[in-house]
Amino acid sequence: MSGVFSATRAKISERTLRTDRWWLQPAITVAVLVSFIIYATFRAFESKYYFAEPLISPFYSPCLTSTCPEGASLLGKPFGTVALFGMAISPALFILIFPLGFRLTCYYYRKAYYRSFWQSPPACAVAEPHSTYTGETKAPLILQNGHRYFFFAGLVFNVLLTIDAFLAFRNEEGHWGHMSVGTLVLLTNATLLWLYSASCHTCRHTIGGRLRHFSKHPVRYKLWTWVSILNHKHPTFAWISLFGVALADVYVRAVASGSITNFYFF
Amino acid sequence: MSDSTKTVKLRIWRGDSTDGALQDVEVEANEGEVVLDVIHRVQATQMSDLAVRWNCKAGKCGSCSMEINGKPRLACMTRMNMFEEGETVTITPLRAFPVIRDLVTDVSFNYKKAMEIPAFQPPAELKAGEYRMEQIDVERSQEFRKCIECFLCQDTCHVIRDHEENKKSFAGPRFFIRIAELDMHPLDQLRNRKRTAQEEHGLGMCNITKCCTEVCPEHIRITDNAIIPMKERVVDVKYDPVAWLGSKIFKREGIL
Ligand code: SF4
Ligand code: SF4
Ligand code: FES
Ligand code: FES
Repeated sequence: MSGVFSATRAKISERTLRTDRWWLQPAITVAVLVSFIIYATFRAFESKYYFAEPLISPFYSPCLTSTCPEGASLLGKPFGTVALFGMAISPALFILIFPLGFRLTCYYYRKAYYRSFWQSPPACAVAEPHSTYTGETKAPLILQNGHRYFFFAGLVFNVLLTIDAFLAFRNEEGHWGHMSVGTLVLLTNATLLWLYSASCHTCRHTIGGRLRHFSKHPVRYKLWTWVSILNHKHPTFAWISLFGVALADVYVRAVASGSITNFYFF
Repeated sequence: MSDSTKTVKLRIWRGDSTDGALQDVEVEANEGEVVLDVIHRVQATQMSDLAVRWNCKAGKCGSCSMEINGKPRLACMTRMNMFEEGETVTITPLRAFPVIRDLVTDVSFNYKKAMEIPAFQPPAELKAGEYRMEQIDVERSQEFRKCIECFLCQDTCHVIRDHEENKKSFAGPRFFIRIAELDMHPLDQLRNRKRTAQEEHGLGMCNITKCCTEVCPEHIRITDNAIIPMKERVVDVKYDPVAWLGSKIFKREGIL
């Protein structure tokens, strides 16, 4: 018997004596993340309804294969067509690893899924079900230390998705100076992603956290204090930017599949 | 019995390292009282040999750490009016450390870990009293100096709470803030604190699930302000070849 049931500890048979609903938070996390994963997987494999001039779904941008419609291939089509069992691989799958890796290695999501999926621990002072534990010291979890690489890749995606939002200031014929609900949707999505990146712990470290002498670097210190304020809200940005991506995709899909028309303000 | 006095139901763990159990007791509680007050009344009226550690009754000495309804808390800072009318309040000793008797545990693990962390190493040319630092350079460390060593964070950390065998290789959140404090200190000369944090004090065992932060009575943001920044600093010296190379070429400040 280990943990709270170890020989020297107070003899108490319950794994926790907490009386509040400590299981609620992890249960909600599982429910939300599983729904997102199901939807995102369906969309990544669907391989259609992701583009309707001038809107592109964030799941498919940048679109890098030759199956991509003309206006969607901002960066060309370097992958051509890669087929597996006679089916062209969805362009979403070529880029998926970056946003996925970014969120999987995020310090906040780590907390969220270690607690909810891995139950390590399910909640504070609730004994976890595992008999051994090595934390993030061994493969594969030691790879979490690579979060900063995904952070920088994430910045590149933020730039691309911001460009997508600007391109949405055109109408369906490609004329500039128009604005639709879709423009707002893509702009909101890009803004939320920037907030998510700007509040990231790696961002905070890179901007100034790694310094010992703030007084020698007044500008970086100032930036660090701003990022620190955002960093406090990182969990919130993590969730709303996740919803933002999904909703932006839902909207583009609805427009591209013809279920709704993209309403133009002007 | 006046209006502001009522009878409350408690379940208090009594026993020692060989055996023990929860015992029910009913006791009066007055308006505005905290759990420690009520425990003292139990001691005065019904269990004169109840062992409980306390000192300041002001949330500043860190002695009265225990678990109240399963949560690690300071008994002197937990108000009785938090609980529902008629609710039975369960009080046990800390469950991560060996119990001595009743509500008193042996927290010497923490003192051993404290000794394993090398002290502040000032520049050789400066004598005590000659240190000069700017406020913004010490601010970050000052948050960590608020620690009252209640060890609630150590108690709740699942790395050792749920895995006795990890105690030898894991210093725990209270000492991660100590390491962070020194590593962020502008005058500290010891340059291997990042490496030893990972290699000797078990920083990598922490999976940043934040329970230490949740229970800290001083509201020190242990995970966000000490552990994660230290994990990033460890990456700089151990896992990120780019940062490591940069530090060699440009002699960048803050790394190594
Ligand atoms: S954040 Fe890390 S140190 Fe703090 S309780 Fe969780 S595992 Fe332990
Ligand atoms: S860090 Fe907070 S919880 Fe931990 S010992 Fe210090 S005051 Fe107590
Ligand atoms: S994105 Fe969450 S910590 Fe970096
Ligand atoms: S008695 Fe000092 S902190 Fe509670």
